Amino acid sequence: MEKPKLIKENGLRHDGRRPNELRPIRMSVGILNKASGSALVEYGETKVLAAVHGPREIPQRHLLLPDRAVIRCRYHMLSFSTHERKSPVPTRREIELSKVIREALEPVVISETFPRTAIDVFIEIINADGGTRTAAVTAASLALADAGIPMKDLVVGVAVGKVDGVLVLDIDEEEDMFGEADMPVAIAPSLGIVTLLQLNGVLTREEFSEALRLALAGANLIYEKAREALRDRYMKVRVEE
Amino acid sequence: MELQEARRTLVVPGEAFAEGEYKILTPSYVIRLDKRYVATVVGLAQVNDEAKEISIIPLEGCYIPQPEDVVVGYVVDVGLTSWELDIRAPFTATLYAVDFLGRPVNPAKEDLNNYLTIGDTILAKVEVFDRNRGPIVTTKGKGLGKVVRGTVIEISPVKVARVIGRKGSMHQILEGETGCEVIVARNGRILANCPNRELEDILIMAIIKIDREAHIPGLTDRVKEFIIREKVKRGLIGGETKTD
Repeated sequence: MEKPKLIKENGLRHDGRRPNELRPIRMSVGILNKASGSALVEYGETKVLAAVHGPREIPQRHLLLPDRAVIRCRYHMLSFSTHERKSPVPTRREIELSKVIREALEPVVISETFPRTAIDVFIEIINADGGTRTAAVTAASLALADAGIPMKDLVVGVAVGKVDGVLVLDIDEEEDMFGEADMPVAIAPSLGIVTLLQLNGVLTREEFSEALRLALAGANLIYEKAREALRDRYMKVRVEE
Repeated sequence: MELQEARRTLVVPGEAFAEGEYKILTPSYVIRLDKRYVATVVGLAQVNDEAKEISIIPLEGCYIPQPEDVVVGYVVDVGLTSWELDIRAPFTATLYAVDFLGRPVNPAKEDLNNYLTIGDTILAKVEVFDRNRGPIVTTKGKGLGKVVRGTVIEISPVKVARVIGRKGSMHQILEGETGCEVIVARNGRILANCPNRELEDILIMAIIKIDREAHIPGLTDRVKEFIIREKVKRGLIGGETKTD
């Protein structure tokens, strides 16, 4: 496949977005009734479903901790989420992402409330179009909140990339594939902490600072939507007449 | 005495809803960062400026056992000298045979399956629960023990307080208007014994309504109205003759 033109002459990106523009974002919370908490998050064409079970006792007792709950996280791409069928067996990449997503959530979850238990987070990528790990972090934190697990803050993720020499927010698959750098970031905005930061490719120091600034601005917009999605679940309940 | 009016807002984790010096009544659901009070769950935050108190009524969450809580449990495992009960908490609860039978048991001679077996429903009270041990329940007490008749209705454990109501007002309405005997267990399981099927249906619908609309004010009056309307609809009470 030949490299497409990612930034047009008018400065817009291949899908018509400005460099600092997010894709359309949709979120819904509490969509599965068997799980303790659940959320569906869409960043443009990327679609992620997260479900939380627990806190609960688990048969693998050696994993349990005496002073707090353990968080177990599984990031998984469905076979039909990509152009070519993805084998459902967890890949090296999925195992790594499960770990980084778990570590992105751990600083905000008040796990000391539930000693000797496990909180399971299952993340399924339904459709992958770039930025699945960041959408997964957002979905997982919404699902945790929906399960009623105490958290210091919500965590939201967004990726910044460098394509054709321009820093762009919320990159999609094409920009990820043909771009020069990709930097997923997850933050807890109210606490003011970064819980996930990865960088693939090369950025100069100045570019890195600018990319982080761009990511924080984007994450704040997503954060507002996440809060709204949680509130909406109750605001939409009307008194039955 | 009139209750002091408190500000109530819907909050989500990470949301600062008060600033200054307040007493936190629900420490699991509120954290303090500098001078800001931040919610840790989705819930209704109450700020009482006069008493300088803040609290959050959670809208989601699992059941955390507390000593003295009355719970409805299902037997999930039978041991040699005890049963394990599912009480909708993160842990299963233990009910000792000595406690249930009121005498020591000899596991070599007796099989506990003869008394309680998997799937049985038990009304029990939490005796002890702390961070080191799982909950232990007891059936010593009035009305406690194996449940042999009635219906169990499950709601979210955090909404149990609304089914009971302030000073038991909602509970009284549910019992008074439907004529059912209603036992509200703390773990979100409600045990009901009703005179007939129709009243039971109305009670279930009313409880589902409470679960769904728990966060909207004026619930008690709406539920009372709802039950009366359903009774009229089913011809259980006429327009003018109001008998129970």
